[in-house]
Amino acid sequence: MKRHLNTLFVVTDGSYLSKEGQAVRVKVEKETKLRVPLINLDGIVCFGRVGASPALLGACAEAGVTVSLMSRHGRLLARVVGFTPGNVLLRRTQYRTADDPDQSAFIARNIVAAKIANCRSVLLRSARDSSNSQVKDSLQAAARSMENPLREARHAKSVDTARGYEGEAAATYFRVWNDLLGGKGFVMNGRSRRPPLDPVNALLSFLYSLLSHDARSAAEAAGLDSQVGFLHQDRPGRPSLALDLMEELRPFLADRVALSLINRGQVTPNGFRTSESGAVLMDDDTRKTVLSAYQKRKQDKLTHPFLGEKTTVGLLVHLQARLLARHLRSDLDEYPPFLWR
Amino acid sequence: MYVLVTYDVATGDTEGRRRLRRVAKTCLDYGQRVQNSVFELSVDPAQWTECKNRLLKEADVDEDSLRFYYLGQNWRKRVEHHGAKPSWDVDDPLIA
Repeated sequence: MKRHLNTLFVVTDGSYLSKEGQAVRVKVEKETKLRVPLINLDGIVCFGRVGASPALLGACAEAGVTVSLMSRHGRLLARVVGFTPGNVLLRRTQYRTADDPDQSAFIARNIVAAKIANCRSVLLRSARDSSNSQVKDSLQAAARSMENPLREARHAKSVDTARGYEGEAAATYFRVWNDLLGGKGFVMNGRSRRPPLDPVNALLSFLYSLLSHDARSAAEAAGLDSQVGFLHQDRPGRPSLALDLMEELRPFLADRVALSLINRGQVTPNGFRTSESGAVLMDDDTRKTVLSAYQKRKQDKLTHPFLGEKTTVGLLVHLQARLLARHLRSDLDEYPPFLWR
Repeated sequence: MYVLVTYDVATGDTEGRRRLRRVAKTCLDYGQRVQNSVFELSVDPAQWTECKNRLLKEADVDEDSLRFYYLGQNWRKRVEHHGAKPSWDVDDPLIA
């Protein structure tokens, strides 16, 4: 089984990454800031103006280290990969499955049901921890009204139906997010993306983009094509399978990190600013805090509910990618999504 | 697993200095330098086998000595650092 490997985040403008032996060296203004052996890395994520030598990019492709280039605000610009690795037979099966609406729906509905269930767990857990009876009631009511889409999604006959129930549940879920934020000066008016219109949405979008980098790496590492999904439609440049894989992990990984950063006061509204276009951006310190919290979260240990193996939160997406591959190879009758209890 | 590698290479001649350089370079492919001839490596068993073979090929065991300390899972409890040049933990968030 894969070891949990670390991700290197390069956030300093003007950094240059080069290869030194079998390690990556981060230089800023001719000064070496960090030197990490490639065997300890699973990915490198660069934000903003960061350069890298061709020799390093080649070595990363060879070693299976995914290099993602992001804009300063965490939007993916490009990803560097070598020759497509993985197993051609598995990928052919993946395409055939994705072309078959019934088989796609069979996978998509499990993903959607798990996502709704995990969102409900977020609400119910916060309701348990809350001392405010009004908040408790509101969260429990929202969780109750998510039971119906959850039940229906489980038996959805088509991908579109599953997507419909997902949308319904998501609207209910984000409607009560203000109750989760516990008056720490953050206000959220539903989910907004491209651009995120308030700090909470900016935080979520940023965490989701980190998770999608990891999901992408996991899909490719399992030998799958990260661009061909079952729940998400093909679109040029869209990592549909990575989006599929991260769907059930969003609440458990990203949303919980966002909530705990806010509730512990590690992130405050002052750490964000609004640009002319209305998009809300994080300042550098906030970004570092969020990156650290996300990395720390990935080291938390848990027992995988389906496999019964001890693992870490960071490896979940890799395990799920492998379980999906096993389902595609017909070793498993159904895709067992990750359910957080 | 976490391995501490220390070595003593006879540097009396150019040949010895060359070996010293090459041993150091090999270690740096797998971990970090914590003191002059002391390296800490975070490797899995396969990587360690590869690393060890390379090290023993580079060194001349009649002249030099290499010592490997296996620090196991709880290495953090077994390592205490005082003074300059603190090392970094390869499992901590790496943000540059």
